[in-house]
Amino acid sequence: MCLAVPGKILTVTEGDGLTRSGRVSFGGVVREVNLAFVPEAAVGDYVMVHVGFAISRVDEQEAERIFDYLAEMEELGAAEAEPS
Amino acid sequence: MKFIDEYRDARAARKLAAAIARVTTRPWNIMEVCGGQTHAIVKFGIDELLPPQITLVHGPGCPVCVTPVELIDKAVEIAPLPGVIFCSFGDMLRVPGTNGDLLSAKARGADVRVVYSPLDALAVARANPERQVVFFAVGFETTAPANALAVAQAQREGMRNFTLLVSHVLVPPAMEAILASPSNRVQGFLAAGHVCTVMGYEEYAPIAARYRVPIVVTGFEPLDILEGVYLCVRQLEEGRVEVENPYARSVRREGNREARRLIAEVFQVVPRRWRGIGEIPQSGLGLRPAYAEFDAERRFGLAGHGVEEPSECRSGLVLQGVLKPHECPAFGTRCTPEHPLGATMVSSEGACAAYYRYRGVPVRAASS
Ligand code: SF4
Repeated sequence: MCLAVPGKILTVTEGDGLTRSGRVSFGGVVREVNLAFVPEAAVGDYVMVHVGFAISRVDEQEAERIFDYLAEMEELGAAEAEPS
Repeated sequence: MKFIDEYRDARAARKLAAAIARVTTRPWNIMEVCGGQTHAIVKFGIDELLPPQITLVHGPGCPVCVTPVELIDKAVEIAPLPGVIFCSFGDMLRVPGTNGDLLSAKARGADVRVVYSPLDALAVARANPERQVVFFAVGFETTAPANALAVAQAQREGMRNFTLLVSHVLVPPAMEAILASPSNRVQGFLAAGHVCTVMGYEEYAPIAARYRVPIVVTGFEPLDILEGVYLCVRQLEEGRVEVENPYARSVRREGNREARRLIAEVFQVVPRRWRGIGEIPQSGLGLRPAYAEFDAERRFGLAGHGVEEPSECRSGLVLQGVLKPHECPAFGTRCTPEHPLGATMVSSEGACAAYYRYRGVPVRAASS
């Protein structure tokens, strides 16, 4: 029910405060999405979409963080495994 | 798909699981609040990757599951009224009320339509000005902005044939109710990532402090959940109590300002009854007086109903993490997705349905 799916904004139609909308691609499946709650989101951005509404813009830098962290862990693990 | 597939990487998941095992020295009970997380945990077998000391306790975060019977009954009462088109998310159609469900009302001729968004219901109302269109507005904070916007839009357009049957619930009061219960065994929380996307996570700091529980804002993909567990276990092992946010690709500290502003304009906090659990003070949203004309209970004169729930279903205990679904005596026998006794067996995010679908019916050991 609280499912939100990331999709990429293809077009934006600026409406008034409530009706700002755009076409959003979910891995190729395109839907019309209300963008009123993400005024900062522009074409090319990814947004999290829930029941037809974008509820956040995906922060791509933050999205990488876990992979940086895993890589760090890997290095650390490799270092630990080396005989000292 | 970007921002999904990479968070399902099996090798990375095993690495995180190993990291969890390294920091775990004692048993811990951690509750994932949201039913979407429960679904992912059972589907991907995330609980089975964890060291045996970690128990994931499933939480109340399934709006379909906690919608009180009296509201299902009101839906079933409104739907067949002449001139009514009743719109709902598909999940609600098979939730049993006292006298059947919406699907059987539809079978008897009621105009019940499944919609994907409240905006679809609004479009149905625009296209049918001579009919009364009612939208079953269930959901947590995640869905509240969408429903608030639909109402604000209807008001702006001066629509007289669109109302909401509101069953909105709020997550933090439910977390507090669980923590305050004498049967509580939850020691740490994975907070619901999309609820926090809307509301932010500032309101969790007092809860974490008062009940001495770490709260980690957690997403929905396997790596998100494992990272949430990892951070939660580390806090528990180190004796720290903090609110952490590893789901920062979607969640900002203050949440979504625009969404919160519109929720506050259209809705107010009200007491709300949770199916199987009972009334939790200040745990729901109702329409503000300025939007009362969009309240289906008022338009159809149904305010003030109330019924007791059938007793065999233990969903209240399941939703509070006291009982695992397969520990319910009716699970898989008298209660199945085809013949559900409770909403937790209907909703795709209900814990009972997730166990039934992915774990099957356990052969009960002779000793149990
Ligand atoms: S198995 Fe069925 S009866 Fe038992 S708690 Fe779950 S929904 Fe209720």
